[in-house]
Amino acid sequence: MTTTSPITAPDHRRVSKAAVRDEPPRRRRLKPGAGRQHHAGPFAYFALAVVGIGSLFPLYWTLVAASRTQDEILDTTPPLIPGGNLFHNLQAAWEQAHLGKAIVNTVIVSASITLATLFFCTLAGYAFAKMRFRGRGALMTAVIATLTIPPQLSVVPLFMMMSDIGWGGQLESVIFPTLVSAFGVFFMRQYLLEALPYELIEAGRVDGANNLRIVWSIVLPVARPAMMVLGMLTFVQAWNDFFWPYLALNQENPTLQVALGQLSAAYVPDQSIVMAGALISTLPLLVVFVIFGKQIVGGIMSGAVKG
Amino acid sequence: MATTTPTRGAHGSRPGRRAPKPMTPGRQAWRSRLWRFDDKASPYAYIAPFFLVFGAFGLYPLVYTGWIALHKVEMTGLDQMEWVGWENFSTILQDSEFWTAVTNTFVIGVISTVPQLMVALGLAHLLNYKLRASTFWRTVILTPYATSVASAALVFALVFRADGGLLNWVLGFFGFGETNWVNGHWTSNIAIAVIVIWRWTGYNTLIYLAAMQAVPSDLYEAASLDGASRWQQFRNVTIPALRPTILFTIVISTIGSMQLFGEPLLLEGGTNGAQGGTEHQYETLSIYLYNYGWNLGHLGTAAAVAWAMLVLLLLIAAINWLIGRLGRKTAA
Repeated sequence: MTTTSPITAPDHRRVSKAAVRDEPPRRRRLKPGAGRQHHAGPFAYFALAVVGIGSLFPLYWTLVAASRTQDEILDTTPPLIPGGNLFHNLQAAWEQAHLGKAIVNTVIVSASITLATLFFCTLAGYAFAKMRFRGRGALMTAVIATLTIPPQLSVVPLFMMMSDIGWGGQLESVIFPTLVSAFGVFFMRQYLLEALPYELIEAGRVDGANNLRIVWSIVLPVARPAMMVLGMLTFVQAWNDFFWPYLALNQENPTLQVALGQLSAAYVPDQSIVMAGALISTLPLLVVFVIFGKQIVGGIMSGAVKG
Repeated sequence: MATTTPTRGAHGSRPGRRAPKPMTPGRQAWRSRLWRFDDKASPYAYIAPFFLVFGAFGLYPLVYTGWIALHKVEMTGLDQMEWVGWENFSTILQDSEFWTAVTNTFVIGVISTVPQLMVALGLAHLLNYKLRASTFWRTVILTPYATSVASAALVFALVFRADGGLLNWVLGFFGFGETNWVNGHWTSNIAIAVIVIWRWTGYNTLIYLAAMQAVPSDLYEAASLDGASRWQQFRNVTIPALRPTILFTIVISTIGSMQLFGEPLLLEGGTNGAQGGTEHQYETLSIYLYNYGWNLGHLGTAAAVAWAMLVLLLLIAAINWLIGRLGRKTAA
């Protein structure tokens, strides 16, 4: 569902639009000078290839290091192809760092944060995009302003609060502060502003639907593509979050990132095992990324700009 | 879908536009009051969760931090707060380590943000050409974004190792001697900046690319008619059109660099990481806060650090704003 449906848009509209702009019908390109119409030259491909290798190599080398021994990694000529020690390292990482528990915890945390963010941000985004109410502009500004506050500023009381409530070291202390996101509200608002025509809401009202009903049967279906993207972005972020979980959780009840931090802080860490841990924590997201890369790319491009 | 054509208000959904239904007067009044309540309350109900959660876990702690900063609070007894006034603040302000952390945060912020955004701008320009497999390139460039701070920092820790590090090995080919990256002030800051640049360049590239694609092609056409070269078009059409986006990325990156924590913490790991190196050579403000609060257990002092960060952030915001204003003025 898009804002303009090509089928119903009458033909004369397009003509009059051109007339309004007071221009003769445009010839295509006068001169192949406009920047984006150019084909990329060999230099562009070369530069992109260099950057691409730079992007991917550290990930590849994580795999290499995870499949070697510590001595091999730290040799004067570091290895550039994977070795045969992967299984051993994965097992060692698994045993040394509560990785099993960490995976379960990370999935719980990321999934609940993602679901909650999707639910609350879609509702709020819809309200900000299509409903009229007193203080809408000011409240939206307030939402965006919260984006600029680093978590560092509130971790000390947050830590004390969590221990007060009895959530100290518990997953709740990581989940609850992140149930909503300002970015999510903004993202959904931007999408619904364009994608949800007032006619649809109006039609629902004529049919006697109350607001919740409209959200359920009109807004949610329209918002679905954006929710997919926001869901993936939120999941990636929740999965990778480090600062607050590292402070809030303990060794016995870590998320993957926390476990990874502790693995490296061990008394004499074996780097190949640390890398195996890094591989375990990164691999699921890379798989998500390979499958949904296109949507995530599109999501970042559509969400972050318009302001 | 609609049974009757609705009379549309200027902007759609207004109360009292529903098709009337035959009903007994009393019932109807009650229903319409219910409708009106639904219309009035719903928007607030939909945005309430955000403000409730933010209020409870964002705003309230932020203000409360200021109160804690005036107390002595130890990790060992979280419920005992002892009033000490400005003592925490004077402690950190007289601590040379604090000023090292401020300097490091600033230096790393600059040497990561500036090259990162410039490279991103150039890359976005390349990606804006007609390109084979453009989705592939975009995805590849964004891949580091899917990596966690922890994994990235740990891999780069190996790359930057003094003995047996990948980077020194590569540099050896070009005849450079071994550099102890982590030990030097500048070199360790560069190492951290590289991790930041690696993770975030792709993200910023895509933001710029989206903004570039929104530039109307008429502008390029007009420029090329006037005989502007491709560089001149980039300089005089693309960059001005991207000005708001560039400002946005500068703000976001600046806030991000204020928060650098995982990168320095895991560059060496262990106790060295927790204090930002043996000489605090790569200690950032977040590490400083963590060290005071969670390593040494003085939460009151850590809260004072948080407030110092807030002041710095406001300062940076003011500078950003001034530069933005200046930029607009010179452009006009």
